[in-house]
Amino acid sequence: MAQSSPNTEASKYVLETKDLGIYYGDFRAVTGVNIPVERHKITAIIGPSGCGKSTLLRAFNRMNELSPGTRIEGEIRFEGENLYDPSVDPVEVRYRIGMVFQKPNPFPKSIYENIAWGARIHGFKGKMDELVESCLRQAALWDEVKDKLQQSGLALSGGQQQRLCIARALAVQPEVILMDEPASALDPIATLKIEELMQELKKNYTIVIVTHNMQQAARASDHTAMMMLIEDGKRSGTVIEFDKTNTIFTNPKDKRTEGYVTGRYG
Amino acid sequence: MKEKIIHTDYNVNIEGRNRSGTAWRWIFQASTIVGILALVALLLNIMDASFGYVAYEAKVNPATLASNGVPLEEQSKEQLVALLQSKLSSGAFNKLDKDEPFEKRSRANVLQIVNERIVKYEVVQVWDLWSSLTKSAEIKATVAKDFPQADLKFISWLTADFITRPQSSEAITTGVRTAILGSLWTILFTILFAFPIGVGAAIYLEEYAIDNWLNRLIRTNINNLAGVPSIVYGILGLAIFVRTLEPLTSGEIFGLVDATTANGRTVLAAGLTLGLLVLPIIIINAQEAIRAVPQSLRKASYGIGATKWQTIWSHVLPNAMPGILTGTILAISRAIGETAPLVVVGASTAISFDPTSPFSKFTTLPIQIYQWTSRPQPEFRSVAAATILVLLIMLLSLNASAVVLRNRFSRRY
Repeated sequence: MAQSSPNTEASKYVLETKDLGIYYGDFRAVTGVNIPVERHKITAIIGPSGCGKSTLLRAFNRMNELSPGTRIEGEIRFEGENLYDPSVDPVEVRYRIGMVFQKPNPFPKSIYENIAWGARIHGFKGKMDELVESCLRQAALWDEVKDKLQQSGLALSGGQQQRLCIARALAVQPEVILMDEPASALDPIATLKIEELMQELKKNYTIVIVTHNMQQAARASDHTAMMMLIEDGKRSGTVIEFDKTNTIFTNPKDKRTEGYVTGRYG
Repeated sequence: MKEKIIHTDYNVNIEGRNRSGTAWRWIFQASTIVGILALVALLLNIMDASFGYVAYEAKVNPATLASNGVPLEEQSKEQLVALLQSKLSSGAFNKLDKDEPFEKRSRANVLQIVNERIVKYEVVQVWDLWSSLTKSAEIKATVAKDFPQADLKFISWLTADFITRPQSSEAITTGVRTAILGSLWTILFTILFAFPIGVGAAIYLEEYAIDNWLNRLIRTNINNLAGVPSIVYGILGLAIFVRTLEPLTSGEIFGLVDATTANGRTVLAAGLTLGLLVLPIIIINAQEAIRAVPQSLRKASYGIGATKWQTIWSHVLPNAMPGILTGTILAISRAIGETAPLVVVGASTAISFDPTSPFSKFTTLPIQIYQWTSRPQPEFRSVAAATILVLLIMLLSLNASAVVLRNRFSRRY
């Protein structure tokens, strides 16, 4: 895959899906998704439970391939290239498109090691201490953990663990960070911290976030994709509306979106 | 409490539910007590046979063997060898020298031969611990009356000497050093063979193998293999390691043939046979341990672009290691106590030389126990009981060291 460089006239869109369908075996979970993900913006995916939000997100860095029997049709273009081209190595995809999960899942290692490990496996040769500090600072966690870097990552609170997971993702210098309901297991204060953090991170990274929390999408994101289950022969999830977040929440074109964001549905 | 109004369809009966709960509790407690009683009975039985009075006679009074006033026990090795030369037929003496030259033998070994071949201590009667404690006077009277020549001593059959002496044909002079070393050598090769292969197979089956009928068949059959009787593995070991691979297991292809061996019935063949026996157990336990590593950890690792192998090596294996080691400890404990397959593979029962290489003849503790309990003389039951104690102590200490090792691994964050 070609390394993206800021000098070339890179497209405005980092990721683009083209008639994307995702299957688990014979079951079609997601159908006909066409959305762009803009550089240095936060794109939110919202919708009711079971409509395929997380499935769509996981397709962006080929994490869905870890469950056997998953396949896709259509294309996901990353910097203009098809992510699912046979010549593309999923390891490289995940190296460039990082992921933060719903449940905080730090490694059962020290805080320091949680961050250093990812850098080390990608052959990081610089000063590890500095990298660890900078990642923790970017994740707004440095001040809370700087005196206990050798302690277990699991000893932190839920919100701190999630920020540690974000710092861990930053350590490999990804271009895109995918977040799968990163705040759903956290209390409101920790949630707010994660949202503030996202605003900081979008200066350097492109973020795609799945969320259940509509206020969160409204507060934090620039673009919103509204997903819903549709009856197309079989039930399958798709994006029914994609627009600027402001438009989705104030002036949606689709009645179903309006029903959902105003709380009359879902 | 004020009574709740209950719909007639319900028969709440809290009292009855509590009663049946208590009844079950008693049943489970009783099962535990039966188990503990069985263990205590076993230990008491072994203890009973391991200590007690023994009456023994010497064919030749050791006092008559003193030379220049130095008693037998304090003579030098050279004096003892000279004594042997004068008292034994030249044929018998030369055979001993041929088995292992006297220059190479230790003083303790020579002294033992003197005791065995010249003094010839013979046990005339043994008493178990219980009668030794309760009927001491009676026993003394019996010995004084029936065996006026005999010495009567209260002994522990398990002594430091018993552990460090090689085997001999007399109960009172025999020891288990040969068997302890044989067991340790055998188990060493069992671990070296079964641990890497077992863990490797478990990693393959859990992390790499896709879920198709062939792999399901393999998994099912590994479970079946764990239930195959051990003697069948003995026959397998005999066919493969002793017969087919004889050049390897006898050390022939390394040019290391032991003069006393010259066939495949060696420590190596026994270790590999026991390795085959415990391999399915290790695979199953390692699979369980690997499966117990949370999927979220693997995802976290893949999510930052780790390869499969990096994920396995840095996250799956370290987290599965305590479980893998626990399973291996269980498997090795089983292997140490195995007798039947080693009988088939061809353990020697009467060797007095320590195993010194993978290609040595061997005997093991359970083989010795089996062999001694099948002898008609009652004193060998006491020897067997003492050997059981040695085996139990060895098992417990091996397990303890493995637990320490496991805890080091599981000292996780």
